[in-house]
Amino acid sequence: MSNQALPRPRFSAPEPERGSSPQGPKAALKIEATPTPLLLGKVSEIPDAAFGWAMRLCGLAVVALLGLIVYQLAVGSQLSWHAFGWKFFWQSDWNPVEDQYGALPFIYGTLVSSLLALIIAVPLAIGVAVFITEMCPVGLRGMLSFTTELLAAIPSVVYGLWAIFVMVPLIRAYAEPFLARTLGWTGLFSGPPYGIGMLAAGVILAIMIIPIISSITREVLVVVPQHQREAVLALGATRWEMIRMGVLRNARAGIVGAIILGLGRALGETMAVTMVIGNRPEIAKSLFAPGYTLASVLANEFTEATGDLYLSALIEIGLALFFVTIVVNALARLMVWSVTRGQPARSIA
Amino acid sequence: MPDTNSNSAAPGTTQPGIPQVQIPPISLRRRVMDHVMTGVAVLTVVLVLLPLFAIFAYLVYKGIGSINIAFLTQTPKPVGEPGGGMANAIVGSMVILAIASIMGVPLGIGAGVFLSEYGRNRYGDIVRFISDVLNGVPSIVIGIVAYGLVVMRQKHFSALAGGVALAIMMVPTIARTTEQMLLLVPQAIREAAYGLGVSRWRTTISITLRTATSGIITGVMLAFARIAGETAPLLFTAFGNQFWNWKTDQPTAALSLQIFTYAISPFDEWHRQAWAGALVLIVLIVGAVAAVRIAVRHGTLAGA
Repeated sequence: MSNQALPRPRFSAPEPERGSSPQGPKAALKIEATPTPLLLGKVSEIPDAAFGWAMRLCGLAVVALLGLIVYQLAVGSQLSWHAFGWKFFWQSDWNPVEDQYGALPFIYGTLVSSLLALIIAVPLAIGVAVFITEMCPVGLRGMLSFTTELLAAIPSVVYGLWAIFVMVPLIRAYAEPFLARTLGWTGLFSGPPYGIGMLAAGVILAIMIIPIISSITREVLVVVPQHQREAVLALGATRWEMIRMGVLRNARAGIVGAIILGLGRALGETMAVTMVIGNRPEIAKSLFAPGYTLASVLANEFTEATGDLYLSALIEIGLALFFVTIVVNALARLMVWSVTRGQPARSIA
Repeated sequence: MPDTNSNSAAPGTTQPGIPQVQIPPISLRRRVMDHVMTGVAVLTVVLVLLPLFAIFAYLVYKGIGSINIAFLTQTPKPVGEPGGGMANAIVGSMVILAIASIMGVPLGIGAGVFLSEYGRNRYGDIVRFISDVLNGVPSIVIGIVAYGLVVMRQKHFSALAGGVALAIMMVPTIARTTEQMLLLVPQAIREAAYGLGVSRWRTTISITLRTATSGIITGVMLAFARIAGETAPLLFTAFGNQFWNWKTDQPTAALSLQIFTYAISPFDEWHRQAWAGALVLIVLIVGAVAAVRIAVRHGTLAGA
């Protein structure tokens, strides 16, 4: 499915040394009467086969890596799996002292912070992608896309550092009092404004996933055929109507794929979230309250896990995180592929 | 002609043969909408670029003042004593990255060659899909795997374990970029080599890989830049160290780990050093990428 649009290399045809096998290569050279052979010495088939198998082995290593990850996580989480079973994912009790482990608060924290990040990031990322592909003057285009990609190169821990010392005080002083005044009645924005908490985690995650969503959306928008745009414009549409009907509608599946890829990144993000989410395993309705995520409990407690069951429970959390991100990523890749690889753009509904 | 005449007898047309279609002017509502949406798009760009500039401005503003000779040459001082630096963390990061590159780069390039030269089939598709999926595995999960593979066996944290974790992260990224670069090499060049009687392995190494050298190196550097700032997989593999350590089987300090430890500490002096460390980290990453690019363009690494 992936290589439909690419030219298929042909390796079967050109095998000159094999063609002259009855007499051997030396005999062939005599008959051809080449002045000086380009390759000195006999051409052997052994290095060719060896190289081919070495490369296949490298390809196999990628598959083996996946197997290794699954194996390590599965073996490591055995103990916890036998102790708690499926209950592990529904219990909200996380108590290392009494050896009681339930992952629900972490699952809740991961989902809420990631969804919050998506709500903030998606409109911004799509806006940037649309601006760069459809509206931007050509001279500015390269610089803008380079700058947004620069955001992706900043290490997670540096985002976290900035979030602790710059963003959190701003949220505490301005954003949280404002939200409490205007939207406090919903119950989502109540309680003391610590600054650190679910809201801060959502905002820093949003900043971190915008480049991913934006660059893949741009990739998808670029492959929408030019004549789709021209056709809509020829019917008398304004530029915005052209973008809405001719571009965004055609790229729908790819954009959804980009958003899901962003979600996958947000679910597994560790350092920046750990630094601002507050790290308390509680389920609270208010977004001002501190929370905890699957990734940050691993970051904080893995090295301190003393008991075997404690360590096993943490590895099971890793396993859960692994499976969720694998499913999310596989889904997203398939959706992006359906748009960017070879499929003709559907007609405007 | 007669057909068109009869067809164009729409209300409002007077001249036969030339249909007069009234195009209504674009309504005010639609024009306003168009301008509003353009404005919204510009606003999103400003909103996205704002944090980027804020981060860089703060990094330089806070970091520059704290970087001095002591910061670059000394190990951390105990809490309360001013001064000290991150020299051991800078060296530790380099050691870990070197270990990761030695293991990850050849394997990644090999997998890329497989995908491009031998993987135009169902097996290739499987490997391609798995490497895309591996790219999305959270780095902290990779850390757990390296913990189980190396730390559990050796019974203590080590630079080697950190290197293994980062190498696992490098392989799928490098494999995919290498594949894309090799596919850009025209088929005709390979066929020209075959036509001269060059064997397939020799063609792949001396012709295909050599032609794509600069692209592959760019891909490797991107993967390198991505893992250079990673913290999560090092937390329970390299672990960190307050002192110099030159053994690869002992806990080793890393710049990103040190930044994390200092950032969540309650001491102002350490916060200052965290900013300085972050600035050094970014400069090292950008510097490494730039240096290799220049070497690719001018130096001995220059491709055909």
